Amino acid sequence: MRLIQNFGLVFFILSFALFISALSLSHFQLSEQSLSKVISDEEKRQFFKEAAYGLMEKKYNSQFTFVAAMEQIRLQANQDIQVRYEMIEEEINIILSSNNPGKTYQINKAISTYAADSPIGAYKIQALKDYTGWLEGREFASAEELRNHLTAAVQHINQAIIEKKGFPDYDTKNFLFQLTKQSSGGFLPENSTLFLLLIFLGGTLGALLYIYLQGNRGTAGIKNDRIFQSGITHRGAIGIATGMFLIAFYVVLYFYPYYLTNWVILVDPISYALNGGEASQWFLYGILYTLAILVMGVRMVLKYRHSPYQIWRTGSVMFFQISFAFIIPQMLIALHLPYMDLKNIWPLDYDLFTPERLRAFIAAGNIGYLMLFWGILLTLVGVPLMVYFFGKRWYCSWVCGCGGLAETLGDPYRQLSDKSLGAWQLERYLVHAVLVFAVAMTGLMLYTFFTGSGQVLGISTYAIKETYGFLISSIFAGVVGTGFYPLMGNRVWCRFGCPLAAYLGLVQRFQSRFRITTNGGQCISCGNCSTYCEMGIDVRWYAQRGQDIVRSSCVGCGICSAVCPRGVLNLENGPTKDRLSSDPILIGNDGVSLNE
Amino acid sequence: MFCKDTRYKERILANTYMKAQNTQKHIVIIGNGISGITAARHIRKQSNHRITVISGETEHFFSRTALMYIFMGHMQYAHTKPYEDHFWAKNRIELKKAWVKNIDFTKKILYLEGGENMLYDQLILATGSKPNKFGWKGQDLAGVQGLYSYQDLESMEKYAPTTQKAVIVGGGLIGVEMAEMLSSRNIPVVFLVREDRFWGNVLPREEGELISRHLQEHHIDLRLNTELKEIISDEQGRAKAVMTSRGEEIPCQFVGLTAGVSPFIDFLKDSGIEINRGILVNEYLETSIPDVYAIGDCAERTTALEDRRAIEQVWYTGRMMGETLAKTICQQRTHYSPGHWFNSAKFFDIEYQTYGVVGAELAENEQTFYWEAKNGKCCLRINYDKNTETLTGMNVFGIRQRHEVWNKWLKAQKTIDEIIEYLPNANFDPEFSKQYEGEILVQYNQERGKKLKIKTKKGLFALLK
Ligand SMILES: Cc1cc2nc3c(=O)[nH]c(=O)nc-3n(C[C@H](O)[C@H](O)[C@H](O)COP(=O)(O)OP(=O)(O)OC[C@H]3O[C@@H](n4cnc5c(N)ncnc54)[C@H](O)[C@@H]3O)c2cc1C
Ligand code: SF4
Repeated sequence: MRLIQNFGLVFFILSFALFISALSLSHFQLSEQSLSKVISDEEKRQFFKEAAYGLMEKKYNSQFTFVAAMEQIRLQANQDIQVRYEMIEEEINIILSSNNPGKTYQINKAISTYAADSPIGAYKIQALKDYTGWLEGREFASAEELRNHLTAAVQHINQAIIEKKGFPDYDTKNFLFQLTKQSSGGFLPENSTLFLLLIFLGGTLGALLYIYLQGNRGTAGIKNDRIFQSGITHRGAIGIATGMFLIAFYVVLYFYPYYLTNWVILVDPISYALNGGEASQWFLYGILYTLAILVMGVRMVLKYRHSPYQIWRTGSVMFFQISFAFIIPQMLIALHLPYMDLKNIWPLDYDLFTPERLRAFIAAGNIGYLMLFWGILLTLVGVPLMVYFFGKRWYCSWVCGCGGLAETLGDPYRQLSDKSLGAWQLERYLVHAVLVFAVAMTGLMLYTFFTGSGQVLGISTYAIKETYGFLISSIFAGVVGTGFYPLMGNRVWCRFGCPLAAYLGLVQRFQSRFRITTNGGQCISCGNCSTYCEMGIDVRWYAQRGQDIVRSSCVGCGICSAVCPRGVLNLENGPTKDRLSSDPILIGNDGVSLNE
Repeated sequence: MFCKDTRYKERILANTYMKAQNTQKHIVIIGNGISGITAARHIRKQSNHRITVISGETEHFFSRTALMYIFMGHMQYAHTKPYEDHFWAKNRIELKKAWVKNIDFTKKILYLEGGENMLYDQLILATGSKPNKFGWKGQDLAGVQGLYSYQDLESMEKYAPTTQKAVIVGGGLIGVEMAEMLSSRNIPVVFLVREDRFWGNVLPREEGELISRHLQEHHIDLRLNTELKEIISDEQGRAKAVMTSRGEEIPCQFVGLTAGVSPFIDFLKDSGIEINRGILVNEYLETSIPDVYAIGDCAERTTALEDRRAIEQVWYTGRMMGETLAKTICQQRTHYSPGHWFNSAKFFDIEYQTYGVVGAELAENEQTFYWEAKNGKCCLRINYDKNTETLTGMNVFGIRQRHEVWNKWLKAQKTIDEIIEYLPNANFDPEFSKQYEGEILVQYNQERGKKLKIKTKKGLFALLK
């Protein structure tokens, strides 16, 4: 048995090694074909090709040199495009001289200096219309003043050239990703099915084999032996290495996705089968995420197989991940409907109310409206109602995707959460600050949607959204939230950052039937409950004084109850009366009544 | 929010009392276990006395009951401390790590190891227990030890890596914990038990057998009706084998002595305070010497309490004594009157709870009802009075029960019929767990020819209705 189990582990490790090395198993080559797939505009493509002179069809063996070269070419192409469309001093002079006597601006005269049938002329005419329309017919005190205004306008026109005609910076990530992916060739792309099977199927089966034989061993019961003696689960070398790997993965995924194209190529066939289109890095991420929840979910179920609550709960997150988070959105894409994870609730789904998504909903007609309505319903009615009846656990540890990963992949690390009073204070400031940030950002997005104005008090609303996306969604939820599992526990994001958790928590704290009941005087202060609380709640503090636990952060995972060796803790829904004010009772001592 | 509130409240309370009483006393507590610390915390809440807690074992209060989890790697020592280290200064409880060597009760002076002295106005002895050693040959060899203190844990850590096989002597709660600890490091364990079943002086036959089976399931080599004769030494003075009462020599490198504990009061032998097995105290927890009290494991009550032993070496009684004594010291002289007996434990995977009194054998006026699940891992025993049919005690294994409900039933002297009908009220298992009340009812009806029906549901809604 041990042998087969270790075989599973070895298989998994080999698959993983192959997975990592797969990143370097392609070569890259710019070709007509790859370019035409990535750059649809013919003129732009031409510029790029010219800038790439001598490098077309050149074979790169390293992704890094390829990406670096492409970036050089992009900058060169932009320069060329800029030169081509730029308006120069001389042109300003001509326009001004056409505007005799030189103090009043007439746009028609200005335009007439260009040939409307040449592409450049047409572009400049349009630009003049867009940027100098407001000068039309205005008389200035002097010709000098008109010149100043015109020069300023032309500067703006010149600055916008790359965005309109070239390869703008904000799109670099995506552009380089597509270009790299389409230019890949060689061993891996040619044998992608083989790699897909070896890595994904092989890795999954190997892991499952190991997990099954390991997890099924011995009798059913709490299995926490050696957790604090093993470097894997207690910040030893392997733990730290795992953390570093996860952090690196998230950084590359979010900010340098063009280094991951080989992985994305592997899952292309799955993407085609599900939604008819090519895979993106997010599709790859979705697959990895789902596999992690499924495989580690099996581990969770085996580990807690004596506890029906844990089994049901884990089954639930596995189900919601496969269906709501993974399959259904793919089907929506296949049906050309707006992308939506129907269980993701605003403000966790922070861009639900951005103009782009609102427009997509509206464009989709009735179904789109229905989807939008569903999103609003979940936030406004679903959350308070369900939290009232069941506590925030119905979402955080039964449905949520972040929670799902934390409860499965993250379970081995739950004991690393910080239980100190200081951490609790930080948590309360931080998580509510993020909630405020999310609400404000969404308010601005709605303002932009309804008024069409992208500016409030001189600040770009999109810049605020971008900041939120970068700081909160990418860095906090991704890099820190998951990358820090092996370092700071599995609920860093949920505890310190998630705005939805903050919202659910407020309802749970003040208006819910849920609490963790303490069983009379049975607590022996051993500390297992606090140690294994992933949210860093000092459960023992309450249990040892006979007090029920009502805390906004509790996600109701039920592990405190499971690990308690004296059966002291129970997650219960009950009448709300006296839930908050209930005095601690330590049953047993008839001589002293304790109203602490 | 709670956490902060209550700490804040404790200070406010202390301030209030400060105004009320301006005579500040120095209260010294020997022992930072659950009894001493509970007394200290409650004295602080109710008064402004100067409080000093002395212990030679560890600097801070930790949970002795969690020693096994440190060894098994479920927790680290820091996790077993119920209060963060800054708690003590904040609540003005002074800590002193030292052994008290001697006490002069007339001068009210403590003599500490290392030559320091300390004066007290009132003294609380909360010195706990030490493992029993019954004069076995070889009981002081290296690799032979009990499990009580933090130092015992360190010693186990020291010997475990060189232990291929261990023998544990005495089948009680700490014995099982030791067995579980050693098993977690894959060390085979032989368990010598004097009785014909595990913990036979406390558990009735069926429960004892249930646990015996479970121990065997965990590959514990259980030797029933077997006692320790002597421990045999190797050349270096370390245990290398034990000889049993059956004449068998079992090779081993580690011997766990877990045949009970007794009060840790050796240093008081000639101090003039009245001692029997423990420090003798009256119903106010007062010793024979004025201004000196004793609580917890080390106290032996001279006044009998119904269904209660004179020395009770459990966590809960230590805590309750601490609460009571604090009231005596700060407010008014208060009787120590623990309510109904309760206790709990865990044997590998099987949890155990007991409420009221259940002896190994039935008392004369008692009748019993015993149910066991088909898997042989859960059971429930209810003992009741033959004549009145009222509850006297219960044992439960593998099912969690609500303390509050059983306590209420004991107090209200409920009959067994009522209890069977309302059993779901006492169910404290997590949601979705299998419920056994129906099965239990069927068996009860069968055995007693009754037609009772379940009258309630599990959960807080049914309970608080
Ligand atoms: C492994 C283990 C598991 C247990 N599990 C349970 C359980 O599950 N449930 C339960 O109810 N009970 C359990 N117990 C029993 C319970 O822990 C004790 O009853 C309880 O801790 C006693 O508390 P106490 O405050 O009286 O004494 P202690 O906790 O023993 O504290 C006394 C302290 O005083 C110190 N001290 C003594 N003499 C001196 C001196 N002269 N100078 C300085 N310091 C001194 C000692 O070193 C010690 O630190 C368990 C005990 C052990 C050992
Ligand atoms: S795990 Fe149970 S016994 Fe231990 S401190 Fe928590 S509530 Fe108390």
